[in-house]
Amino acid sequence: MAGKEDALRASGERSQWRKRLGGSAPRWGKFWLRIRRNWQLYVLLILPLAWLIIFRYAPMYGAQIAFRQYSPVFGIEGSPWVGLANFERFFNSPKFEPIIVNTLVLSFYSLIAGFPIPIILALSLNQVKMRLFRNSVQMITYAPHFISTVVIVGMLFQFLHPRVGFTAVLANALGVNAPNWMGDPGAFRHIFVWSGIWQEMGFGAIIYLAVLSTVDPALHEAAVVDGANRLQRIRYIDIPGLLPTAMVLLVLSTGRVLEVAFEKVYLMQSPLNLSVAEVINTYVYKVGLLSPILDFSYSTAIGLLKGIVGLLLLIAVNHAARRLTQNSVW
Amino acid sequence: MASLTSYESNINKVNESPVDRIFMLSNTAFLVVITIIVLLPLVFIVSASFSSAEAVIAGRVTLWPVDFSLLGYETIFEHKKVWDGFANSLFYTFFGTIFNVVMTIIAAYPLSRQDLIGRRIITIAFIFTMLFNGGLIPTYMVVRDLGLLNTRAAMILPTGIGVFNLLITITFFRTTIPPELIEAARIDGASDFRIFGSIVVPLARPIIAVLALFYAVNTHWNTYFQALIYLKDQELFPLQLVLREILIENSIDASMLVDVEDLLAREGLRELLKYSLIVVASLPVMFIYPFVQRHFVKGIMIGSVK
Repeated sequence: MAGKEDALRASGERSQWRKRLGGSAPRWGKFWLRIRRNWQLYVLLILPLAWLIIFRYAPMYGAQIAFRQYSPVFGIEGSPWVGLANFERFFNSPKFEPIIVNTLVLSFYSLIAGFPIPIILALSLNQVKMRLFRNSVQMITYAPHFISTVVIVGMLFQFLHPRVGFTAVLANALGVNAPNWMGDPGAFRHIFVWSGIWQEMGFGAIIYLAVLSTVDPALHEAAVVDGANRLQRIRYIDIPGLLPTAMVLLVLSTGRVLEVAFEKVYLMQSPLNLSVAEVINTYVYKVGLLSPILDFSYSTAIGLLKGIVGLLLLIAVNHAARRLTQNSVW
Repeated sequence: MASLTSYESNINKVNESPVDRIFMLSNTAFLVVITIIVLLPLVFIVSASFSSAEAVIAGRVTLWPVDFSLLGYETIFEHKKVWDGFANSLFYTFFGTIFNVVMTIIAAYPLSRQDLIGRRIITIAFIFTMLFNGGLIPTYMVVRDLGLLNTRAAMILPTGIGVFNLLITITFFRTTIPPELIEAARIDGASDFRIFGSIVVPLARPIIAVLALFYAVNTHWNTYFQALIYLKDQELFPLQLVLREILIENSIDASMLVDVEDLLAREGLRELLKYSLIVVASLPVMFIYPFVQRHFVKGIMIGSVK
């Protein structure tokens, strides 16, 4: 009896299994069918994927030389492992502290000074009703964004030139000696940050202006009926409307605090201001490609450290933003 | 139309409280000040570039050309290095942008198709490179091992696909090409290649314009870093690298200055040359940007939709 029951149960299970298989066999078939049906789309993806692997993922594989003592003779896989020696060397280097401090100061100074200004500019432009005035201000303030970094730094050198620069002419008119701003280590950070703001504030305002144009006009009408003045409407309608976008942009830029604009810092460097102008990215470049004894492993280790810390920072800030304001990048 | 606007603004004025009127006045003043701050350095540079070498070195130029002269521009026009750089930059920008746009479009279209298996993982693989990368030296080693160092290809191939540009293109395709259209074309017997060529690319024209601009200006014309690390030969240098030599490193071919005997005037010409060079180098982009800035704005808007 028991055997019969078992047999029955077994056959029942079998039929259930068959049913399940029967249910999923076409699904598997569909899966392959969908891949086969779209094969031409995969063909389109071949080149982009090859590019991605060669130029983006192969370097990640190559980054393992941070844990080796790389020598061109042995290649990436043949060079001996040295563990964390390259990282320890950086931590113990006398350059470690000033480089980290310089990078962070420059980043946070840029962030704190540069973050609110495009928002203020957008709020202010949004109040202007005269089309022509508004468009002209926008057009003019966007313009510097399109000037290359080399030219911007070249302009700084000329504008602040101790002899022929604009500031020199002004100083002469006032009867004082013009200081050599570009050679002054004390001025470097201010010049770097404020020239960056000068260049990017207009362009940075675009996204906020776009968001402001989506604010429901009914809110403003209701506020006017309630007797709110313009400042109050900015405070209670426009600014809350901008907050989610501002939050996302803040998270993204906080995640990049270690990535101080290499191109600009490098051009502004001189032996005079190096004590405040050496940042991680410029040091990585110099150690790896510029010094008399090229040290690929050491340079890669510093770069890798920067990349990992940056990634962790982005994740942490995003997490914090989500908990505090319900706005996050992902 | 004009009368209508003034009529409207009159109504606004009647309704406005004194507080608002003061606010609007200071707001306008604020924007005027900002505009002046942005314009001031630009006006100074342009003025100096049209002044005489003597006026420049004497520090007499402020916001208007002094002793109007085209000497700076004439000197630049004779400077072969600048023109070689110009030609190289045009080459890199033209071919580089074509490569970038083609790669971005052929990657973005499949990734915008909801029915593509593996779409998510490939997109994430792209986005991940935005958050983390192998670094300067490992990338340099790849370019070196491919034998691209000191070649024109090194200025083009590594730029490939910008992830931000890829994402806005995917968003564009997803929002502008309805799946029904693709389905209908399929039922009519069109292959995916055919759909891509006859439907997707023609519909993609607006985004192609945005991409071409982003890549041309941000990735090619205005950058020098790639050239700095990958190129050695002078004759391959793009304009930005030539500018760096003259503007930043202050190295100007002495033969350029021989016509001027007076030492002070020579020093003046050296500076004058830089002002003119800044103007000449920025001219192409400055000239086209008023006509294309709305495409830039559009690109940023698409990107902000997410």
